[in-house]
Amino acid sequence: MSVAEPTQDQPVSTLAAFRAGFNATWTSAFTYVLLGNYVGIGAISHDFGFSIVWTLVATVLVWAGPAQVILVSTLGAGASLFEVALAVGLSGVRLLPMVVSMLPMLKGPGVRSWKLVLPAHFTAVSIWVEALRLLPAVPREGRIAFINGLGSGYTVCASAATLAGYYLAAKMPLLISAALLFLTPLAFLMSTLRNARMLVDRVALGFGLVLGPLFAYCQIGLDLMWSGIAAGTAAYAVHRVREALR
Amino acid sequence: MTALSGELGAYLALVLVGFLPNEVWRWLAVIFSRGLDEDAEILIWVRAVATAILAGVIAKLTIFSPGVLATIPTSLRLGAVIVGVIGFVLFRRSVFAGVLAGEGALIAGALAFGQ
Repeated sequence: MSVAEPTQDQPVSTLAAFRAGFNATWTSAFTYVLLGNYVGIGAISHDFGFSIVWTLVATVLVWAGPAQVILVSTLGAGASLFEVALAVGLSGVRLLPMVVSMLPMLKGPGVRSWKLVLPAHFTAVSIWVEALRLLPAVPREGRIAFINGLGSGYTVCASAATLAGYYLAAKMPLLISAALLFLTPLAFLMSTLRNARMLVDRVALGFGLVLGPLFAYCQIGLDLMWSGIAAGTAAYAVHRVREALR
Repeated sequence: MTALSGELGAYLALVLVGFLPNEVWRWLAVIFSRGLDEDAEILIWVRAVATAILAGVIAKLTIFSPGVLATIPTSLRLGAVIVGVIGFVLFRRSVFAGVLAGEGALIAGALAFGQ
């Protein structure tokens, strides 16, 4: 697992930073998880009768695994457009705090907001996790280009995997499809575990693992959002108490 | 799919109910993060909430699994996650090793218990 090439002191060109980000795709364990994941998404898209072009456009535009699974399965099952939009919108709430916590790492003095729209689009769990790991080694002026490069690399991989999954769907045994879907929770968990260096992140992970399914089981509306706010705030409180006791 | 009329309708639906409801959170985040410094105290809380939501997604996908994953018994899915975490810890906190161990356990378990 190599770290991005540019070092702290030498200024980098935008193109070089973009390429460093793009190349970081190939050394990221996440790429392989992403491949498996999108093979699964391509396969279900085929099974629900969507065209290959539509499926690829969905991969690029939606750029969030769970949202795309929800989109394809609800739309394919004939749910009303309003229901589909609501379900997709709820699954996307998690992107808000992720993007908010990542963008300040990208911004330098005088960076216009519109330049952050593309990095924000690329932000999904994979990029968020890798950004927290790789960005500190990238000079600030190259960070936006770096993320755009990394995001483009991931998008290329995911599109290729979607294509492969779409055409392999008919030949795929049930167990393999299940195993591909299982990649998502496994990879999310491992990478969050690795990234959780501060106590507050570990506590948030632990609380979230318990409260998430609990809120869902109790059928609380917007369960993920509320369990996230409750567990995250509790973890932050633990952090503050610990800081105060120091 | 049949509910949507024609190719154009399908793409319109993709943008309106697939792209926009998801992307709007990213746009809101661009607005909210204006003027926020990398070391801002509130970001610690925001990151904790993001981590907790993600943890909720992980637990929900494992316990209330969608699609074909639901054909694998819940106890086996939970067991496979635990094997994955053990693999992660044993192999110097490697994401790849953890994922491999978890997947191996899931497939081996499903084969052993006659899926």
